[in-house]
Amino acid sequence: MKLAFQIAKRFLTSAKRQTIVIILGIAIGVSVQVFIGSLISGLQASLIDSTIGSRSQITITADANIANYDSLITDIESSTDNITVVTPTFTIAGSGVNGSLSENVVFRGFDFTTANGIYKFDELLSEGNLPTNTNDIALGVGLKDSLNLSIGDTVTFSSPVYGDTTLNIVGFFDAKVLAINDAWVITPLTTIQGIVGEGNVVSSIEMQLKEIFNDVTTKDEILSAIGSTYNVTTWTEENQELLSGLNGQSISSLMIQIFVIVSVVLGISSVLAISVLQKSRQLGILKAMGIQDKDASKIFLLEGFILGIFGAILGILFGLGLSYMFTKFALNPDGTPVIALQIDAGFIALSGGIALVASTLAALSPAIKSSKLSVIEVIRNG
Amino acid sequence: MADILTLQNINKTYGEKTKNPNQVLFDLNLSIEEHSFNSIIGQSGSGKSTLLNIIGTLDKPTSGNLLLKGKNITSFNKNELADIRNQQIGFIFQFHYLLPEFTALENVLMPYKISKQPLTKEIEDRANELLDLVGLGNFKKSLANNLSGGQQQRVAIARALINNPSLVLADEPTGNLDSDTTEKVYELLRQINQKFKTTFIIITHDRHIAEKTDRIIEIKDGRIYMDITK
Ligand SMILES: Nc1ncnc2c1ncn2[C@@H]1O[C@H](COP(=O)(O)OP(=O)(O)O)[C@@H](O)[C@H]1O
Ligand SMILES: [Mg+2]
Repeated sequence: MKLAFQIAKRFLTSAKRQTIVIILGIAIGVSVQVFIGSLISGLQASLIDSTIGSRSQITITADANIANYDSLITDIESSTDNITVVTPTFTIAGSGVNGSLSENVVFRGFDFTTANGIYKFDELLSEGNLPTNTNDIALGVGLKDSLNLSIGDTVTFSSPVYGDTTLNIVGFFDAKVLAINDAWVITPLTTIQGIVGEGNVVSSIEMQLKEIFNDVTTKDEILSAIGSTYNVTTWTEENQELLSGLNGQSISSLMIQIFVIVSVVLGISSVLAISVLQKSRQLGILKAMGIQDKDASKIFLLEGFILGIFGAILGILFGLGLSYMFTKFALNPDGTPVIALQIDAGFIALSGGIALVASTLAALSPAIKSSKLSVIEVIRNG
Repeated sequence: MADILTLQNINKTYGEKTKNPNQVLFDLNLSIEEHSFNSIIGQSGSGKSTLLNIIGTLDKPTSGNLLLKGKNITSFNKNELADIRNQQIGFIFQFHYLLPEFTALENVLMPYKISKQPLTKEIEDRANELLDLVGLGNFKKSLANNLSGGQQQRVAIARALINNPSLVLADEPTGNLDSDTTEKVYELLRQINQKFKTTFIIITHDRHIAEKTDRIIEIKDGRIYMDITK
């Protein structure tokens, strides 16, 4: 091993230019892999974030409104460690009426201290404040226009079931989602509880998760803790299309990786195959001096391995550099990166590892060729 | 004195399984004495190199036996033969055949490294001494590529001796050296033969050189035509 390593090293260092070219070849392959991988997982992360990042990921409802929701929340929190935030909500539907103007609205009561963990209303406020008192409300900016409202005005919530309630406008928010801006009216829980008149109840409990893809397991954990009188739905159950979109991206990412690996393997094995030809004289000498065939093969395997190591390390550095430049130079008008890349150490290590294995495997056929090389041919042909 | 090498009924046919097989060696019988200094002469194409390559286990005879120190090694496998080449035989070729990527000293040490023994002070001293002996004390660290033809051949001689082989095979070792250098190289080989008692078999087309050896074996058309011991 030591001898084969010394010879491999010397062969590589004495053909510096060729060695550098191969290493660069591997490095470019690895860097493309690292970059594309980070890009695609960044894309996926931002897609997931924009789709479900500001939404309930597991929602608990019951056939009737939920009365004992504080103790229920305690039970939920102790049933799993995959929850980042839990919040009670109370939602009713009706119309918002301002004089002759009327719009269908979703009237949602929140406990803002926890609800902001999901919806980030505090960050979405475009005007005024979040409502803190009963019968104070904030509306989506779409409603502000369609009902022609401003802060300090009152508006009537009207429902065939609950009658009319006059509400004070303290703020407007822009959720950057049309369906919310045009329909949501938010208020403290007590407002809705007052209108519904069933006491201290809520209609659902919403939460977000640490590991969003473990939602079904978490759902089962919660169900076994709180009993099956409750309905529990998760985001994946409601977003099959998003999931298949993500899968499609993962598969295309995998395809890219496979093509990169194939080209790295082909590149290295063809260069090493040429190198075996170039070194056949040396191999003949070594064999005449009694080197064992397996040691002769090891020389080329080790060449592949050494090239792979340096190529992988350099490639990872290139890939990280490329990713860094991408986040620095491909910017939105507001200065945030177009896509926030996701640098995953595990994935990078995997890319490097694959390149290393691929390089060593690429050296396999040259190695076999070298072990079969006959001394006599070399000696005869000078 | 005992025989270091015995060839029994050696035949060699190239392209045995092709349409026109070419028999190069015919029922060759030959014994070489230990510590002797031998030459093989003969016209080009007479089969000298073929014979030497078979002796050196680089090639296999089509039939016949090869005995080294009384042991029949004809049916040894590739690894066993590689060991024999490494431990018992030193080669000196016409085209020098050093490893161009390595220095003179590294080339000399290569057969020892191939034997996978740990590198010791003793063996390094030996390599240095051998290089001194062949007159290359000042070129130990030079890359083989940067040495002249004569210098390379002398490195090859030192390399052939590093593992203290009992037999050194040389195929026209001075074939492309000038006559002065040729003379020096043969004197060196003779000197080594006397100093280390190494057996030499040297192919040469130079009768003048052959006459300085203890025994001249002439090959003609794949047969021993003449065999003179002084
Ligand atoms: N590998 C080979 N394949 C076919 N013919 C060969 C081979 N090696 C040698 N020969 C033939 O064998 C004959 C003897 O060659 P060789 O032993 O090299 O002679 P010498 O060394 O005496 O010049 C020549 O005719 C040569 O062409
Ligand atoms: Mg010849």
